[in-house]
Order: sequence, then C-alpha cells, then structure tokens
Amino acid sequence: MERYFQEEIECAPREKILAIQNEKLVAQVKHVWDNVEYYRKKMQEKNLTPDDIKSVDDLYKLPMLSKADLKAAYPYGLLACPLKDCVRIQSTSGTTGKRVVAFYTLKDIDIWEECCARAIVAAGGTNEDVCQVSYGYGLFTGGPGLNGGSHKVGCLTVPTSSGNTERQIMFIMDLSATILCCTPSYAAYLGESMKEMGLTPEQIPLKAGIFGAEAWSEEMRRDIEKTLGIKAYDIYGLTEISGPGVSFECSAQTGMHINEDHFIAEIIDPNTGEVLPEGTQGELVFTSLDKEAFPLLRYRTRDICTLTREKCSCGRTHVKMTKPKGRSDDMLIIRGVNVFPSQIETVLMKNGYAANYQIIVDRINNTDTFDINVEMTPEMFTDNVAEVQNRKKVLESGLHSMLGIKAKVNLVAPKTITRSEGKAVRVIDKRKI
Amino acid sequence: MAVNQVSVFLENKPGTLNQMTEVLANGGINIRALSLADTNDFGIARLIVNDVYEATNVLKEANFVATFTPVLVYAISDETGGLNKLLKNFTAANVNVEYMYAFAGKKNAYMIFRVKDTKKSEALLAEKGLKSLSQEQIAEV
Repeated sequence: MERYFQEEIECAPREKILAIQNEKLVAQVKHVWDNVEYYRKKMQEKNLTPDDIKSVDDLYKLPMLSKADLKAAYPYGLLACPLKDCVRIQSTSGTTGKRVVAFYTLKDIDIWEECCARAIVAAGGTNEDVCQVSYGYGLFTGGPGLNGGSHKVGCLTVPTSSGNTERQIMFIMDLSATILCCTPSYAAYLGESMKEMGLTPEQIPLKAGIFGAEAWSEEMRRDIEKTLGIKAYDIYGLTEISGPGVSFECSAQTGMHINEDHFIAEIIDPNTGEVLPEGTQGELVFTSLDKEAFPLLRYRTRDICTLTREKCSCGRTHVKMTKPKGRSDDMLIIRGVNVFPSQIETVLMKNGYAANYQIIVDRINNTDTFDINVEMTPEMFTDNVAEVQNRKKVLESGLHSMLGIKAKVNLVAPKTITRSEGKAVRVIDKRKI
Repeated sequence: MAVNQVSVFLENKPGTLNQMTEVLANGGINIRALSLADTNDFGIARLIVNDVYEATNVLKEANFVATFTPVLVYAISDETGGLNKLLKNFTAANVNVEYMYAFAGKKNAYMIFRVKDTKKSEALLAEKGLKSLSQEQIAEV
C-alpha cells in the first residue's frame, strides 16, 4: 500500500496542479517585482511588467537567474522580505569563493520540511519509525531539511549529523533505527563498516534509506540495498530553491517526483536558453512558487536531466525528473559537496602556487577520492623538506576551508600537467556513475 | 665563503632522478656531491656541481624547479675521528646543523653543512679556526 503525506495534493489531477501553479506564479511575480530591485531591473530590460505574466504559459518570457546573479546580488540583493521576517539562512559554495546564501521565513521552512516529509512517507515512513539523520547539520541543507521532515511525519528523529561512524552504528543498532538519511556514499560506507563488524542485513533494523546530494548509480543502489537490507530512495534538491525535497523518489524507483505545487520545472537548451519539449534532455530550471524570503524565478540549476509525465505506479501525479546525468557547467559534486575548479584556482594563487592544477576524482569502495595535482613553483620551493611540507599543509587547509571538504595535494614538477589543444585538462573524473 | 648548492624538486615517481642526471650529463655538468631528501610525496635533490649557474640553467630549461642554497664546506682528514674533531667545533660555536652530507676529494674528505644563518655561523666557526672552502676551491679538490 502506497502511503502519502498529503494525498490530495500529491495525487491531484493535472488540471488542479496547473490551477495552483497559475495562481501562485502570478502572485509570486508580483511579490518579486515589488521587493527585489535586482530582478525588477532584469524584467524591465525585457520590457516586462507583472501584468505580462498571467499563467504558466507566460513563464518563458521571464528572465532567467544563474549562480552569477547570486554572486552579483550577494548577500542581500535577492532578498524579498524584510529581515525581521527571516529566521534562517542555509548556504552552499559559490563559484569563486563567495558563498550562496539563501534566506528563509518560518513559512519557507515549513514548506521545505513538508516536502521532506513527503519524501520520508514515500519511502514508507510513519510516526512509528525511528529516523536517523546522518546528513551534516549546519549551513548544509541536508541535515536541517530531513530533520524537519522527520518531525512532520512524527518519526523519532535521531540527529546524529555526519561522521563518527562508530556512534552512527551504535544508534542504528541500539535504537533500532528504521530509516537512514545521508549521502549515498556514506550509506555505502556505513554498510561496509557494519558488514566488517559481522552484522548481517537481517540483523540491521533499517528498512529504508533516503539518499541524495550526490550522483549515484543504479548499481550502487543495489549494493547499498543488499548490504543494509533496505530499500534505497533518491532525493534531490538545491539550497537556492530550498534544499532536499524539491523532488523525491517513490516506490517505483524510476525518477523523482517534483513537488509541483511549490516548484515549476522547465528543461532548457543550456546553450540557447530555449525551452525544450517535455521528454527532451536538457538543463533543469526551477521557479519557486511560494518562497517568501528568497524567491528565485527561472533559476538555472546547471543539472542535466529529463522530465517525464508518464503515469506513475505509485499514484502520484507530479512530474518526474531523471537523476541528473551531469552538469552544464564545470561544477563537481564530491562527497555531496559542490566544488568549482575556480575556487581551487583562487586558493592556489593566494598561496603562491601557479594556477596550473589538475583535479582527479575517483570513487573507491563507494567513497569519492579527491586529489589535486599542483605544479611546484620556484617561489614555493626550498631545500628544506619540512618547510615544503609545511607550505603544502597550509595550502591543504586553505583548500579545506574554501571547499568544505578535504583534498589531497600532490606536488608535481612544472609543466607536467597534461594539456590538450593548448588548454590544460583541469578535471579528470574517473567515477563511473 | 659559502658555496652554492643546487636544490632540485623531484616528484616521487620512477625515473625522475634519472631525468635530472640525464639533463645534467647532457649539459656537461659534473656532480661532485649529492644528497637526497625524500618524503612520501616528493624528494629534494641537493647537489654540489662544478658549474652552478649552468646547472640551474639546463635544469630550468628542462622544467625542473631548482634553486641555490648557501652551504658551508669543510675539509676533514680521512682518518678515524676526523668528523668528530670538526663537529666538536660546531658544538663549541653553538652552530646547529640542519642537514649534512659528504664527498671524497683527491686528498681529503669534505663535509657539506646546511646551517640556519650561514654568514653568522661561518664567522663563529672561523673563530674556532675553521676555514670553509670557496666555490673555486671546490672545483679543484
């Protein structure tokens, strides 16, 4: 029996969802026009006023937003509410050091958590469940989002946050946790660790997992399901739009339902910006329909995927998106964290190294490895081993604080980094996802 | 007089040391002494050569990172207690050794010392009667 958190909306006929979207979009465009000068100017450049947007059919007329706009308007330029109404920020990495800061009112958080609750119920969660949230808590949206969703469902929530594997396993076993929320690579790691401890899938109390924030393959899903003895569900989201729960997987496990009463999804050609017909692969663009504090209209996610509106066996009517197949920019997602090569460049230059580097990402035992080859420069070289090692450590900690994850730096001889057609190959991603 | 040592950055992988010696050989450089400091990640070759300027030129042309480092060179007699006698003076002058290595000349053995403040250390050791070798002297021994 498929369960829903809000059946009347999750299974609503298409006409009803469209009616909700039309109504909310008209109001949202007006809200943004009235309160966000940055976007109003963009609309004026296209000779648009809120009167030009009468329904979802007019959406294509609106200007699009990208990470570059978030950087230009940082930090308060896209805020649509007085600060007194905002209660929280969440943040993710930007392109060149400036972070993306998203604002939330109480209502924004409520809707976000509702979306996460839908995902938990779709994974079989009820108020009888013990839900362990092993996503990071803090600026990262994973922990706070699923934590709130778990509360809404009424699960006993175990906010372990990420890391400390031994303690994670202790709580899963001692409290008989039934739902696990974390990144797929961490789920795989937990599975391996439990297997090493001699725990069989039958002994592990978990029955479902909600895994997102990074790319994972069908093969990895089966692996995790087998070692933990669970059904593993995908979840998708981004800080700019709210966080996890923008879309989520149901029992069919054939794509993620986008919460269309809150977000409109479009697929565009990343080169021309032209809207593509449903079923075509392209870049995913989102419009927040009821965000108060940080309402982004037509935000380019840079994720490449396909939308399908085929009838789903779970009964939900909301459009489904495939797992993102890649990016239309150079962003990498490593261990769930967004990494831009330009960030690495910034740190290298700041530390006296050449901007000539190579990122090597691989996935070994289901965990991402992250190496950066950095060319040695005469400025950073001395005859003293300890000094060279110390400078390397300073670089590594600079990278860690910029990126939020640890990278292993390998010092290499100058001009050894492979170049093709005169241009350095910056990223070697060996992961087979 | 301090002597210029050539310090070279080496990646930790097979063949890099040989690449360096190949470049020096082709450049007509004679290596008088060599010491290798290695870590898990990289190595540093420290060389005393007959022509430091030409050596760094050919190394840089071949994309090696190479720098000069001032070191002190002292002769010791090739007999029991030779080094011990020399180091007693270092102790007396309170000079700390960062690293050292040796080479054998035609008559004597020679010790190469990397110290913190080269000029000051050299002066302190001179007070103990130790005379360090110059670049020109090295070429002849």
